[in-house]
Amino acid sequence: MANPNGIGASVRRREDQRFLTGRGNYTDDFKRLNMTHAVHVRSPYAHARILGIDFTDAAAMPGVVAVLTGADMEADKVGSLPCGWQIHSKDGSPMKEPPHYPLARDRVRYVGDAVAVVIAETREQARDAAEMVVVDYEELPAVGSSTRAVAGGAPLVHDDAPDNVCYDWHLGDKAATDAAFANAAHIAKIDLVNQRLVPNAMEPRAAMGEYDQSNGEYTLTTTSQNPHVTRLLMGAFVLGIPEHKLRVVAPDVGGGFGSKIFHYGEEAVVTWAARKVGRPVKWTADRSESFLTDAHGRDHVSHAELAMDADGNFLALRVSTLANLGAYLSTFAPSIPTYLYATLLAGQYKTPAIYAEVKAVFTNTSPVDAYRGAGRPEACYLIERLVDVAAGVMGMDKTEIRRRNFVPKEAMPYQTPVALQYDTGDFAKNLDIALPLVDYPGFQQRRAESKARGKLRGIGFATYIEACGIAPSNVAGALGARAGLYECAEVRFHPTGSVTVFTGAHSHGQGHETTFAQIVAERFGIPIENVEIVHGDTNKIPFGMGTYGSRSLAVGGSALVKAMDKVERKARKIAAHMLEAAETDIEVKEGRFTVAGTDKSLGIGDIALQAYVPHNFPLDELEPGLDEQAFYDPKNFTYPNGCHVCELEIDPDTGVTTIVSFAAVDDFGNVINPLIVEGQVHGGLVQGIGQALYENCVYDEESGQLVTGSYMDYCMPRADDVPSFTVRYHEDQPCTHNPLGVKGCGEAGTIGAAAAVMNAVVDALSDYGVTHMDMPATPEKVWRTIRDAAPAPAMAAE
Amino acid sequence: MSCTVSMTVNGKTVSREVEERTLLVAFLREHLGLTGTHVGCDTSQCGACVVHVDGRSVKSCTTLAVQANGAEVMTIEGLAAADGTLHPMQAAFREHHGLQCGFCTPGMVMSAVDLVRDNPNPTEAEIREGLEGNICRCTGYHNIVKAVKAGAEAMAGAQATPVAAE
Repeated sequence: MANPNGIGASVRRREDQRFLTGRGNYTDDFKRLNMTHAVHVRSPYAHARILGIDFTDAAAMPGVVAVLTGADMEADKVGSLPCGWQIHSKDGSPMKEPPHYPLARDRVRYVGDAVAVVIAETREQARDAAEMVVVDYEELPAVGSSTRAVAGGAPLVHDDAPDNVCYDWHLGDKAATDAAFANAAHIAKIDLVNQRLVPNAMEPRAAMGEYDQSNGEYTLTTTSQNPHVTRLLMGAFVLGIPEHKLRVVAPDVGGGFGSKIFHYGEEAVVTWAARKVGRPVKWTADRSESFLTDAHGRDHVSHAELAMDADGNFLALRVSTLANLGAYLSTFAPSIPTYLYATLLAGQYKTPAIYAEVKAVFTNTSPVDAYRGAGRPEACYLIERLVDVAAGVMGMDKTEIRRRNFVPKEAMPYQTPVALQYDTGDFAKNLDIALPLVDYPGFQQRRAESKARGKLRGIGFATYIEACGIAPSNVAGALGARAGLYECAEVRFHPTGSVTVFTGAHSHGQGHETTFAQIVAERFGIPIENVEIVHGDTNKIPFGMGTYGSRSLAVGGSALVKAMDKVERKARKIAAHMLEAAETDIEVKEGRFTVAGTDKSLGIGDIALQAYVPHNFPLDELEPGLDEQAFYDPKNFTYPNGCHVCELEIDPDTGVTTIVSFAAVDDFGNVINPLIVEGQVHGGLVQGIGQALYENCVYDEESGQLVTGSYMDYCMPRADDVPSFTVRYHEDQPCTHNPLGVKGCGEAGTIGAAAAVMNAVVDALSDYGVTHMDMPATPEKVWRTIRDAAPAPAMAAE
Repeated sequence: MSCTVSMTVNGKTVSREVEERTLLVAFLREHLGLTGTHVGCDTSQCGACVVHVDGRSVKSCTTLAVQANGAEVMTIEGLAAADGTLHPMQAAFREHHGLQCGFCTPGMVMSAVDLVRDNPNPTEAEIREGLEGNICRCTGYHNIVKAVKAGAEAMAGAQATPVAAE
């Protein structure tokens, strides 16, 4: 590697200096002259009619500047929060899309739905006054779960969505699938729940609105993964502010995991209120508020069947899923259980026929949208649990049944029966790397040793493939996205040779300030210190679609390469002019421009200086400056894939599960910074393990009350709950359609881990006749399962 | 109702008139502008707010400012040397990629420093148990554990060096 800080180097992160010394700039850290504080009054009921709001006492409280309600927003013609995707039902009808106002107008539809906002001099004063706002509610019957939503006679969340159905959608070839089932030798079946999760980025959401009376410009500083999208949605659809008068800044953001993609009502409230009260308005959620109002993830109830021939070859897959969308449609919500889920149901297998039906319903719960993996963990979990059941039906080894059905490397590019075309992947290789890491042949002996100690040992495999690099605009448009999903980058050389890169991707932990700089340093042969990466400000960056769906590098990085290509083309022209050579004679290598066959050359720094001091440029042919912008729209999704293996031990006396080892083998295509990639995998794995063993967002089915509304009730994985990991990746199968050959690594861990852990739990309990357990496998659930099962023969003997 | 609270924060004596109910974290963030200490929850579970009070780690979101009256408080802003040299624990977090979004990091580092003061040579299990009161959603803890181990060794080395020189 020529550049010590170039592609492939584990460069230590540049952003760490500020984070480690307390100099990060998160939204709640900002203070403005005359700033006020907002606290929302939220519904304590899951479903109620608002009969009246009396804020006379609240308005008279010390420090109160204003109390504003949905009626004030209505009077100011504030619109509904828009949804970015449209899904059509089987019958061709569009999904139901009821309005979602930032402050509720006549009805509240989930606990936490905002009814009013109190603005005061201090946060404490606003909080005190919010408690004095009296809302007269008429409580209505509520729907606290998806199964209750579709039960006959359930209350309606929205009057214009009969049976609470948002859409009833399908994908795949039903006739071919039914035919394959009719001829199957064996059928494996499973019913499973992919439980609701709360994303729980450690920084609670926050937003600060400002209005400049001198020029009519608004500024929103917010905890967002995609400030330009927020600007477009809030400006065009909610507040009616044109883009040139609205600046959205997403400064340091403390984790997102999907929950900060969406445009939330509070952002519109503080921006609108800032003008109303003539002062900056800041709102910061406390954790309880985050639990109530952040968009949640998952929440599927599914039935699936796999048809096989006599040898265990997969013939067809049939899936039926009930998806909970919550009370309103969040920005991406309709796409998650459809195009980001059902399209991945082929997994790594060459199953020739697949048919999936998804019914998405409204409930009186917080909106559900993308959470790390977003649809793909749900698909992986369903397939991989079902494949384990199939191995049981066939009496086959769990690795053998997978290997037999893998799409072979030679079949790439491979068109699945559910709309995707995988470009590359060597699934057998992933498994081949994984098996020695976990000493698979030695497992039975380890299991026997555990049993001798009175413990139950299990091993679980999960293979996954995901569609990342979201998304080719033509495909996304055909699938119902109301926007394209390209990315933008600008590369600006300064006169003295340093570089500022403006990217539409947003880093909230991913380390773009380091990895993007590595790409630039490598390309131009310059020290990484001379490269600055700017993100998260609509006034600085031309445009951007933000960071989610493991897209930053595959799409944002590709835009960066495209902009660097343009810079290099321009630099080549300048070099040719300065060296008095033909452009075609200039050879370029790592930022050095040489006349072929001579020792005449110029570095990019010399060229940059000339670009800004163009005393003798032929101005008809050559513009001054060295600053180029590019938009990159991917040709296809990227397809990271891998094999995760979990080995664990269960204490039958307590039901406690301890992960003994966890190995992840991944194919992310080319890797820019191994240290950062491995860190992404570790974090993803723990979110998957969290779902498998600990996390569960529970609503009371009848009252719609959130039961798990704090860290006291919602079990987050902690340091002593999880192991250290064995992480491997290979770069043998780079992406074929983007210039860096990268696939994305942000979500992989979460996608594979939950299935691997649960397959291991079920394996450990197999002596008790257990063939499935829904997540999370808490000690209580495991203990009860063991207690209720017939005693295992071997254990009974002890 | 307000009261006067005085304490030493990162070596500087400070005194402010505050409401009696003011939490230590609010005192640091809102009144002193030391925004490195974060608030990640409201049930004293996450540890993003950990600072040192008289040398011991404390969750500043459940401590009243008046409780720290007269105390020596150190926040993440005060951990590095005056010349900007990172504390060995800070340096170890950077070297081992023990942070991603950075939000839990100040509390995590302050907790780790206190942990190592109590147990200068902790095992992986002791580190994991010792950090049980700090939630990180990004790193999966893997690299935090490595960083704390390395930080502990570096802290021991930093203390040993002057002794060896004597």
